[in-house]
Amino acid sequence: MITKRIIPCLDVRDGRVVKGVNFEGLNDVSSPVELGKYYSDSGADELVFYDITASAEGRALFTDILRKVAETIFIPLTVGGGINTVDDFDRVLKCGADKVSVNSGAIRDPSLIPAAAKKYGDQCVVLSADVKRVDGRFTLLARGGRDNTGLDAIEWIKRGAENGAGEIVVNSIDTDGVKGGFDLELLDAVCSAVHVPVIASGGGGCIEDFVKLFQTLPDVDAGLAASIFHFGEVSIPELKRRLAAAGINVREVL
Amino acid sequence: MVTVIDYGVGNVFSLMSSLRAVGEEAILTDEPERVPRAEKLLLPGVGAFGDAIAKLRLGGMDEAILEAVGRGVPLFGICLGMQLFFDESLEYGVHRGLGLIPGTVRPIEPEDRTLKIPHMGWNALHITQPSPILKNTREGEHVYFVHSFWADTPAENIIATSEYGMTITAAVQRENVFGTQFHPEKSGGVGLKMLRAFCDMEVRA
Repeated sequence: MITKRIIPCLDVRDGRVVKGVNFEGLNDVSSPVELGKYYSDSGADELVFYDITASAEGRALFTDILRKVAETIFIPLTVGGGINTVDDFDRVLKCGADKVSVNSGAIRDPSLIPAAAKKYGDQCVVLSADVKRVDGRFTLLARGGRDNTGLDAIEWIKRGAENGAGEIVVNSIDTDGVKGGFDLELLDAVCSAVHVPVIASGGGGCIEDFVKLFQTLPDVDAGLAASIFHFGEVSIPELKRRLAAAGINVREVL
Repeated sequence: MVTVIDYGVGNVFSLMSSLRAVGEEAILTDEPERVPRAEKLLLPGVGAFGDAIAKLRLGGMDEAILEAVGRGVPLFGICLGMQLFFDESLEYGVHRGLGLIPGTVRPIEPEDRTLKIPHMGWNALHITQPSPILKNTREGEHVYFVHSFWADTPAENIIATSEYGMTITAAVQRENVFGTQFHPEKSGGVGLKMLRAFCDMEVRA
């Protein structure tokens, strides 16, 4: 059977990893290539590179660095950030990305998901949704959580999957950065609404949070996190050993 | 030296990079005239069967491949590239394949209806027969799959399977024709070792 996936997410600005810190054996912790290789060797099942650059120059640096990462690391790569058009898909897929994650771009242009899915296949299109409880309702946020769209998040995700998103990243703004565990209530609601892989993001603070995530919600396919991996609070080999010991199917780390 | 067939189906960036990573010289070509000189052939492919086989037939690439295989040139197909080896596919209609391996490409229909399609992610290999391309592969190692259709073929052609609510053909061999449903170029060290094993094979042609 398919294993549960562990996915580190790297924010990249002007071709460098933001917040890369203190890894033993790494000379340049802000190099996406070195950090990516480190995670790949540690048993990460997939990598997400998120381009947080605003400028065109930064964007060019990002595709450059993505190409170098894809030449070095032979596990699936997902790219997000600044994806607004089908041409943006083309730009990163040509540099070795396997999947492309859309967020605000899909909110601005609802035809982006169906157009990209038609051209590249559902498996290539990842819908990333930032969700927050507003007046007791799961609400979709845009622009990295800054704007309230007023849209019902579960409806939005459901429609995205129907339109061709082959995978959903659910980022809970309520639990993000709190490290108090994943947003199980939100994830349960998403799993009930769609029949495509669901990736949990926001709130994973320790190994136990991942064990609880997969034990409570067997329909969740993957856990994504950033700082707990970057700061060495959770090591991926140790996380996988503990998941396996808890009876959760994970890919062995060589 | 491996010749990778470029017929405008999917992305070959990672495949070419992975061949470089295992130290193999690889050339990419869309010209059927270059196929007769190939030592080894690699057929990638992502997308829909009907579109892919039509593109392969355009300009006679299919004939060039069949001719080389007939002379004993090893051929390795990946994902849709492997599916093209079979007699036919039922993906959006009925399409005739290359007929290199008997069998039919069918939709994945697991008994457990809660299982998601496509079959996407890391799954364990069960090796059913020894094969030169699996010489560096151990039972139970994980490889990366992304597909909604599978190759239904007699067991004699199957060298590895995976379980996904049903038994899925993961890798095949028939004489000098090899194929994997999964992506060795996305399967980390396990995949690179498999590509290395193919590159290491002695050529009889």
